[in-house]
Amino acid sequence: MKLKAMTALCATLAVAAPLAFAGGPDDDTLAIDGEEMVTKTDAPAHMEETGIDTVMSGWHFREDDTQAMQADTFDNPGMIFVDQAVDMWNTAEGSAEKSCASCHEGPDSMEGVRAVYPKWNEEAGEVRTLAMQINDCRTERMGAEPFKYDGTDMTAMEALISVQSRGMPVNVAIDGPAAETWEKGKEIYYTRFGQLELSCASCHEENYGNYIRADHLSQGQINGFPTYRLKQAKLIQQHNRFKGCIRDTRAETYSPGSPEFVALELYVASRGNGLSVEAPAVRN
Amino acid sequence: MASGVKPRVKVPKSASAGDAITIKTLISHPMESGQRKDGDGNTIPRSIINRFTCDFNGENVIDVKMEPAISTNPYFEFEAQVPEAGEYKFTWYDDDGSVYEETKAIAIG
Repeated sequence: MKLKAMTALCATLAVAAPLAFAGGPDDDTLAIDGEEMVTKTDAPAHMEETGIDTVMSGWHFREDDTQAMQADTFDNPGMIFVDQAVDMWNTAEGSAEKSCASCHEGPDSMEGVRAVYPKWNEEAGEVRTLAMQINDCRTERMGAEPFKYDGTDMTAMEALISVQSRGMPVNVAIDGPAAETWEKGKEIYYTRFGQLELSCASCHEENYGNYIRADHLSQGQINGFPTYRLKQAKLIQQHNRFKGCIRDTRAETYSPGSPEFVALELYVASRGNGLSVEAPAVRN
Repeated sequence: MASGVKPRVKVPKSASAGDAITIKTLISHPMESGQRKDGDGNTIPRSIINRFTCDFNGENVIDVKMEPAISTNPYFEFEAQVPEAGEYKFTWYDDDGSVYEETKAIAIG
């Protein structure tokens, strides 16, 4: 009798185990404060050769508890930094004694901005990330010290600007003058780095849904950045995450804000064209 | 003095008498444990929120003693029964003597 019960238990475990340990994406729906997000959509046309038909937000690869934190703005710890950035937004700094609000009025004037960045800047003749644009405002218009590229102040400000576009589809331009930078980013994406000889694609294109040691591999989408990472208890920027990934391949990394990472950001962002801006997302 | 401390509370605006409601609270605070050392090897002094209380119309609902192992930006979620219309008062006590307060009114309806 006892043996029989044990066998039955083993059988149940064997059936349940693959489900419980599967690292693949789930089919849940993300609604932030009731507003539904696009977290799965058809891959953009330029991804035809990649073998990926559906692009998926990293949200689908996380556990239910982590997912739930993002669904309620109050529960989302990233919003603390958004609040801090609101104070910064209204604080005049620098020789011009201007704040963000002096030119841009309320943060809601930034609606739609996050969705199209990184973006070609005609005047500067380069592709600019949101962070570069923020620092340009600070040094050129405010006469203030630039923020550290991936520092706390910068990521908070990016989060505040990003949250204005929450729910809007990512739509970065990859043609025209941005094409050259995009190609460069693509090349970096497929270049194997480090002693482990891993490219971005090795994990996030060929093996998403599988485990890397104890963690799920996502598609490496950046529509949720800056992202609140539970293990670091703070907002993490795209470039910071790129750096972490490249470091883990045991390579010397590029610096946050370097032209290489700007190009990579444009390319990775374009792989998420069509997904909702989720920033600040919550991940582990 | 801890900087950037800001309490936030989420309480429904109204409830039926006798209902149990969910209250969520969060306070941004570094919660420096007192166990860490800086670059020169000196101990960073402890600076945490050591107590959190919630009162409803003067009656205590919850009283929490907090220890250094609690992580940054402490978050509390709990249920409370609403006997009548009134006001919730939330109080956080900092190691440095600062007291942070927040109040939320709730109506019956």
